[in-house]
Amino acid sequence: MARSTTTKRKILTTGLAWAVGLLIFFPILWTVLTSFKTEAQAINDPPLFLFFDWTLENYAVVQERSDYMRFLWNSVIIAGGSTLLGIIVAVPAAWSMAFVPSRRTKDILLWMLSTKMLPAVGVLYPISLIFVEFNLLDTRIGLIMVLMLINLPIIVWMLYTYFKEIPGEILEAARMDGATLKEEILYVLTPMAIPGIASTILLNFILAWNEAFWTLNLTAASAAPLTAFIASYSSPEGLFFAKLSAASTMAIAPILILGWFSQKQLVRGLTFGAVK
Amino acid sequence: MATQHSRSAARLMLTPAVVLLLGWMLVPLTLTLFFSFKKYLPMRGDSLDRGLDWVGFANYTRFLSSSSFWPSVQTTLIMVGGVLLITVVLGVLLALLLDQPIWGQGVVRILVIAPFFVMPTVSALVWKNMLMDPVNGILAHLWRFFGAEPVSWLSDASLSSIILIVSWQWLPFATLILLTAVQSLDSEQLEAAEMDGAPVLKRFWHIVLPHLSRAITIVILIQTIFLLSIFAEIFVTTGGAFGTRTLTYLIFQRVIDSQNIGLGSAGGVYAIILANIVAIFLMRIVGKNLDA
Repeated sequence: MARSTTTKRKILTTGLAWAVGLLIFFPILWTVLTSFKTEAQAINDPPLFLFFDWTLENYAVVQERSDYMRFLWNSVIIAGGSTLLGIIVAVPAAWSMAFVPSRRTKDILLWMLSTKMLPAVGVLYPISLIFVEFNLLDTRIGLIMVLMLINLPIIVWMLYTYFKEIPGEILEAARMDGATLKEEILYVLTPMAIPGIASTILLNFILAWNEAFWTLNLTAASAAPLTAFIASYSSPEGLFFAKLSAASTMAIAPILILGWFSQKQLVRGLTFGAVK
Repeated sequence: MATQHSRSAARLMLTPAVVLLLGWMLVPLTLTLFFSFKKYLPMRGDSLDRGLDWVGFANYTRFLSSSSFWPSVQTTLIMVGGVLLITVVLGVLLALLLDQPIWGQGVVRILVIAPFFVMPTVSALVWKNMLMDPVNGILAHLWRFFGAEPVSWLSDASLSSIILIVSWQWLPFATLILLTAVQSLDSEQLEAAEMDGAPVLKRFWHIVLPHLSRAITIVILIQTIFLLSIFAEIFVTTGGAFGTRTLTYLIFQRVIDSQNIGLGSAGGVYAIILANIVAIFLMRIVGKNLDA
């Protein structure tokens, strides 16, 4: 008796959850499907779901016309470079705050977080001015710097919360055994910290990849990443649904896959450790 | 016990991050403040080399008294408020649903979270064209199927459309955080309440909701900070037309389109103040958590 009601309930909740899940996912699914249609089929009335002539033509056209690979490469370099640079700066900082805390540690952490709250538009002109002055406009190095700086607080915070979980006793024991600071970091700390560093890298790569204020405002042609490449589709000519879909699918596919791996870190990273 | 040696080493390791962030904060902020007190119209021949005229608080008063200021504040509040309402209410419901035993839970979770990883320009363009296009969009097909007149979403219901798009992007974030909080709920307490015959709504109101209040607060604060600076979604859909010009977008237009740097900078200072008011509350909560 009790079992049959719980099974019935499970069927009901499963059905509801899948319906809601598919509804939320629908825009992405529809985009991916449309990317395999011809332009005429893309606007067919009624809409075609699965029974159309699947084609890869749009992908070829997008690559040929707009040199997709160049934008992709820019995205990879900018997101990867800014994350790597951020990690190099943040690991020592987070390490020192987690293991050698001082009276000011909490204030420094909170202050770092507060720089993240600075609205980008408030400093748009000064940053453009500095970019012009140093010939950084439309360069990858300029964007790498800016994205590194806007994500640095999150990187420090994530690493800090991970490092905090490494028990201090282990370090004490290593010190007792006569380990030097260098040995302590290299052989004791690093192996324990690698999972935390890896998830920090993952989440920040995603954030940098999707950043769409500075990447739109500080690039023109040569350093433009995928966010800007897609924005160029906002003033279309003629039939373009299938091509837009192909371009969009290519822009989001890599990060969607990475993102699914980072679900758990996402909560921690974006709430600054306040929700675990 | 940290030695003197390790303490100075620690300070050294902290320095690069602090210096970089300090520079990143102070340099642009000082420049914005500086420009906000100057008449600076590069198109009309003002230039840094020849020096700029000091105008006192003229830019600040002009920004406030311009006819587009209050509408933009109103648009910002409606947009942020609308997205918060939708994402928090649906987020709580979704979190409770996903917490139930269901078949294929992992897959459903992935489907629900996916929109968060879609870059803003893509989600805005996909919604604008594939879904909301008044002729060929899915919604137009749906409306015609039910015999209704298709809606020109982004011109006739522009603000609601943008709220819908942004909510779609942020619902996963709210759901994920609230789900994490729901999962830490003490199930014994709930079962005890169920035994005592407390109805579902009562259990939700007296046990679940209070437990979620902290997570909800965090969702609201973090989202507010990101939502106040929504840019790409407006940039590629309406370009600020049809009543979708938020404060952020207004400042962007002053600086980039009309090249009035002084006026735009004064607006920027207002935006910074606004963001800081929200930030103070967020920092309090995060700070408390640090002590715990």
